[in-house]
Amino acid sequence: MTTARRRPGEFLLSLAAPLVLLATWEWLARADIINPVYWPPPTAVLETARDQIVNGTLVADTRISLFRVLTGFVLGAVPGVVLGLAMGLFWPVRLLLMPIASAVYAVPKIALVPLALITFGLGETSKLFLVAISIVFVVVLSTMGGVLSLDPAYRDVARDFRASRWQVFTTVALPGTLPAIFTGFRLALGFALVVIVGTEFVSPGDGGIGDLIWESWQVLRIRVMFVGLVVTGLMGWGLTAALDLIERLVVPWEARR
Amino acid sequence: MDQSTATSPITDLPARSRSTSEADTARGDDRRSRDAGALVSVDRVSQRFDAPSGPVEVLSDISLTVQPGEFRVLVGPSGSGKTTLLRIVAGLDRPSSGTVSAQTSHGRPAHGAMVPQGRSVFPWLTARDNVAYGLKLRGVPRRERRARAEALLAAVGLDGSAALYPRQLSEGMRQRVAIARSLAVDPDILLMDEPFSALDEQTRLLLQEELLRIWHDTAKTILFVTHSLDEALVLSDRISVMGTRPGRIVATIDVPFERPRSIITVRTDPRYGPLYQRLWHHLREQAPRPHDPADARELSR
Repeated sequence: MTTARRRPGEFLLSLAAPLVLLATWEWLARADIINPVYWPPPTAVLETARDQIVNGTLVADTRISLFRVLTGFVLGAVPGVVLGLAMGLFWPVRLLLMPIASAVYAVPKIALVPLALITFGLGETSKLFLVAISIVFVVVLSTMGGVLSLDPAYRDVARDFRASRWQVFTTVALPGTLPAIFTGFRLALGFALVVIVGTEFVSPGDGGIGDLIWESWQVLRIRVMFVGLVVTGLMGWGLTAALDLIERLVVPWEARR
Repeated sequence: MDQSTATSPITDLPARSRSTSEADTARGDDRRSRDAGALVSVDRVSQRFDAPSGPVEVLSDISLTVQPGEFRVLVGPSGSGKTTLLRIVAGLDRPSSGTVSAQTSHGRPAHGAMVPQGRSVFPWLTARDNVAYGLKLRGVPRRERRARAEALLAAVGLDGSAALYPRQLSEGMRQRVAIARSLAVDPDILLMDEPFSALDEQTRLLLQEELLRIWHDTAKTILFVTHSLDEALVLSDRISVMGTRPGRIVATIDVPFERPRSIITVRTDPRYGPLYQRLWHHLREQAPRPHDPADARELSR
């Protein structure tokens, strides 16, 4: 496949802005122009991160959050794809479920936290439920849109070759919808991260990066809080990169940006 | 198969020896629908749809026959139901009334393959897998269908592009893939729905030449829909001119140019101009009645 080679300078250029920002921040904090208690210099945050890794708490919290995000993601994405395909392919299903999908889609998922706690208690189940419920309809609507926007010419070709309904599904509807499904996944991943960190804020002692951030804020261990923020960012970046990689393998025909 | 018969590289069918069609002009619908030798017989087919404003007649009482090996073109303005008729012949749509029968000279049901525009090529399959698609549905083993697909790609001039995805191909190349994909299932008749209308002039000319060559080599029957009078004349043995509101056949015109033919030679043939004029005359009558009296006078001449 011929993808445009990146010019060597591009990587350096994309690195420049963050480096300048960090350097400025470091200098402002060290010169006491901003309060280093609330805005610790990046090098100090890095040091704290190393301590946290060494004593094992950071790895443990990261692992807990990652597990929740990934499990919740699968729990929401799989039914999301199935429902989305069904709604795209069969209009009665679409009419039946569309009001629910649009309504739940519009609710800020964080607002469901109390409901989840009442229903599933304080443990892991409520957290997984919240991640799953917050992404399922994103995936549903994206998948359904993908099915509906498929060029009818593809289905005509399949039918003209005497494809059975099942063959039309497996050889046309499914592969044709994959790009839209991945668009849904990408959005869903962002939602899942927001919801899991928010949920962990209100679940003291249950671990996870959100718990780490909230707890360290409450006891004013600001450096640890910053470590939590950095890890959250890295987690989002890593998960998105992983999803991109999977997409490239599963949807090799799409133009990559 | 007879050794002395020239065989096509694509289908192993005997290449035809062609003679130009008999007499000229049959005005209106050709009512030879129960012609025993016909490959496709369309008999008094009508198609109606229910629109909010009431039923709309898209096709009215269409009868036509296509002989084995014939290159037939349906030409007409948009709204004359050309595509609808093609879809009915393909079996994709069912007519409101009338029948379509398709039978080879051996008495077995003839099967057709649609050749839509290049955009119908599946973006998620490589050129090779697109061509092999129909074979895969039929359960042809992987190795065999790959070999066949590659032979067909070579036949349409895409040898080097088997592993490319459609978005890496030009529109003209995608159209070639679409043609090869339909040829792969070895249909008795190719049903082509304005396959070249999205192409630029040079590419269209090249593909028209190529199609004539493939048609000549494979002895396929072709039913070809276009709105281009020129395309109708350079490609076909016979043209069915369709009119609008409702869609119907207003004239059937025999095209006398020799086979095998070159498109440029046809365009410079002295008979080309008068035939073009005659086609235009039939289509002009279909246009909405002008209120301009001068224009109306011209029509009445």
